[in-house]
Amino acid sequence: MTNIDPRAPLPGEEPWELAGLTLTSRLLLGTSRYPSTQVLLDALDASGTQFVTVALRRVDPNIGDDGESLYDLLTARGLHLLPNTAGCFTAKEAVLIAELGREALGTSRVKLEVIADEETLLPDVEELLVAARELVSRGFQVLPYTTDDPIIARRLEEIGCVAVMPLGAPIGSGLGIRNPHNIQMIKERAGVPVIVDAGVGTASDAAVAFELGVDAVLMNTAVAQARQPVRMARAMRAAAIAGREAFLAGRMPKRFWGEASSPMDGRISAAQQAAWP
Amino acid sequence: MTTDTVTAHVNGEARALPSGTTVADLVPAEWKQGVAVARNDEIVPRATWATTPVADGDAIEIVRPVQGG
Repeated sequence: MTNIDPRAPLPGEEPWELAGLTLTSRLLLGTSRYPSTQVLLDALDASGTQFVTVALRRVDPNIGDDGESLYDLLTARGLHLLPNTAGCFTAKEAVLIAELGREALGTSRVKLEVIADEETLLPDVEELLVAARELVSRGFQVLPYTTDDPIIARRLEEIGCVAVMPLGAPIGSGLGIRNPHNIQMIKERAGVPVIVDAGVGTASDAAVAFELGVDAVLMNTAVAQARQPVRMARAMRAAAIAGREAFLAGRMPKRFWGEASSPMDGRISAAQQAAWP
Repeated sequence: MTTDTVTAHVNGEARALPSGTTVADLVPAEWKQGVAVARNDEIVPRATWATTPVADGDAIEIVRPVQGG
């Protein structure tokens, strides 16, 4: 039994370590598909996130900035940026994009994503392992987006990845945690942080992930495509705290039959009599 | 044979550039932060932009962070 001051403010946002960063929030947010830049920034604020993903794309050098760049807006808020390799189908492409991200953002952290096809957006684990090995050897801190396969997660850790990021469901599907048991197995054996990446559709999905014990959740569409993204961002923050606290508290065992909460001792019983008139 | 121009692909678009153009000339001056350049699939570190000439047939990629998941 841990002594907890029942009046203490809700914890769940204690400092933790990820890829050399000390964070308090356990939410990582993507920055894509928001209705506007202002909604994006407000949602990031509401979520409490400190670590956000960005993609790297060709930008026409003939067109100057018509205002502050995304880079300026995010870094001005003190957010840590995690460049991704989204859109890469081969290890070779992913390694080049990772190098460009390191050069552009001055960070060796990379969200490694190697996709097998555009319909499922599921990871190509064969290419993923090749890319992870290469990037680790080049000094990157690799956070790989992977399947919920505990064996692949273990391989990625053995290669030297600083976290493993199994999917809850396909990217952008919002289907929730499809295989909670696998996520739990990955977490049970992992020596690095486990981050559920993709699949979360609403706050309860995030809470489920945290109740399984994962260290963080990375989400994008669930917030960006909510009817009110800023409000959903706040819901996600609450869900992260609730789920994490529930995990730390340790849930009751599940039972097949009901078990009364109120004592049976001392109850009164009405005399046997005919039914109501 | 000497020519006044070199033809390079910049972000996938063929461009005729004066000989002696360097990578630094291709990157808008106001993009000081958050930009990276690859030449023929190799990173050109920022420190060497001004001393890296664009050669005929080069494929130059200039990328910046954009919204991503």
